[in-house]
Amino acid sequence: MLTGLHEKKNLQLVLGLFIGVIFGFLLQKGGVTDYNVIIGQLLLTDFTVVKIMLAASITGMLGVHLLRSLGLAQLHPKPGSFGASVIGGLLFGIGFGILGYCPGTVAGAVGQGSLDALFGGVVGMLIGAGVFAALYPKLQQMILSKGDFGELTLPTLFKVNPWILVIPVAIALTALLWWMERIGL
Amino acid sequence: MDWLTMARWSPYMVGIGIGILSWFAFLLSDKPIGCSTAYARTSGMLERLVRGNKVLEKPYYQKFAPVVDWEWMLVVGVVIGAFISAQLSGVFQLLWVPSTWATAFGTNPALRWLVALIGGFFMGLGARWAGGCTSGHGISGTLQLAVSSWLAAICFFIGGIAAAMIIFHVIG
Repeated sequence: MLTGLHEKKNLQLVLGLFIGVIFGFLLQKGGVTDYNVIIGQLLLTDFTVVKIMLAASITGMLGVHLLRSLGLAQLHPKPGSFGASVIGGLLFGIGFGILGYCPGTVAGAVGQGSLDALFGGVVGMLIGAGVFAALYPKLQQMILSKGDFGELTLPTLFKVNPWILVIPVAIALTALLWWMERIGL
Repeated sequence: MDWLTMARWSPYMVGIGIGILSWFAFLLSDKPIGCSTAYARTSGMLERLVRGNKVLEKPYYQKFAPVVDWEWMLVVGVVIGAFISAQLSGVFQLLWVPSTWATAFGTNPALRWLVALIGGFFMGLGARWAGGCTSGHGISGTLQLAVSSWLAAICFFIGGIAAAMIIFHVIG
């Protein structure tokens, strides 16, 4: 791994900015910084969001696992629990459907001039995140710790070499995209 | 260089591009691409301006310190990148009310603002509750085959589809 590079703090901030610029550029070119495209996905009339996410996930999955096998990268799976992932995921989803942007695309929408994203979405998110931070100790005790499974990945869960799952999952997701195209989504 | 000024690229090209970008994030920065933690850190920074250093004692900010980090810079970069892309294709436009919203609920900016604020609130809360967003869980987490991320990403869409369907097909 490029540990020396990872430890250069200021250079990492520049790299973060640079990766963000490319990410924002791609999101805008993909159309997903547009409210209409995201709401179209959630109303199941426009499948752009799912196509981008699945294509990104498949490409990323193959490359990142290859980097890992070559000893050039390590995984950082997020910890989870049923209380955090399911309830938090549903709350996020409700917000996602009401707002019509997600945390990355809301920033991209700001970049293309969407004022509802800036004054509504971003401000609302800052308040929501602040309320979460205030409630965190109580939530942690009452809900977030319920059904905790930690930093689990599917290969660890099934006790197999990651490639045993990476290849079939990548093929299955590609087949799903191919099928969506075929039925005209 | 026509492709730089095109308004839309194929979703597959964009997705593959984001996937390749994630290789570089892991390789060069040892980080998965994600966005939502940056909002929590910003919220902490703003609260610190008002309430002072005792904000830092909150257990959540001990875990996620309210400082500028790699991901925070990434979110700033997203704003810049989308601005450049929109400028190149000539679609940059200051706009309060998106057209799909206007067709169903009219062009009143105050209504759209209020709804966006409420949506943002739930999303900010839910993103921290679930520990990630559509990028951090939906792309970076699913590509690592993380159980938390597949579960969260599925719930994002269940909640999102339900909320959008209620707003546009029941209320609208």
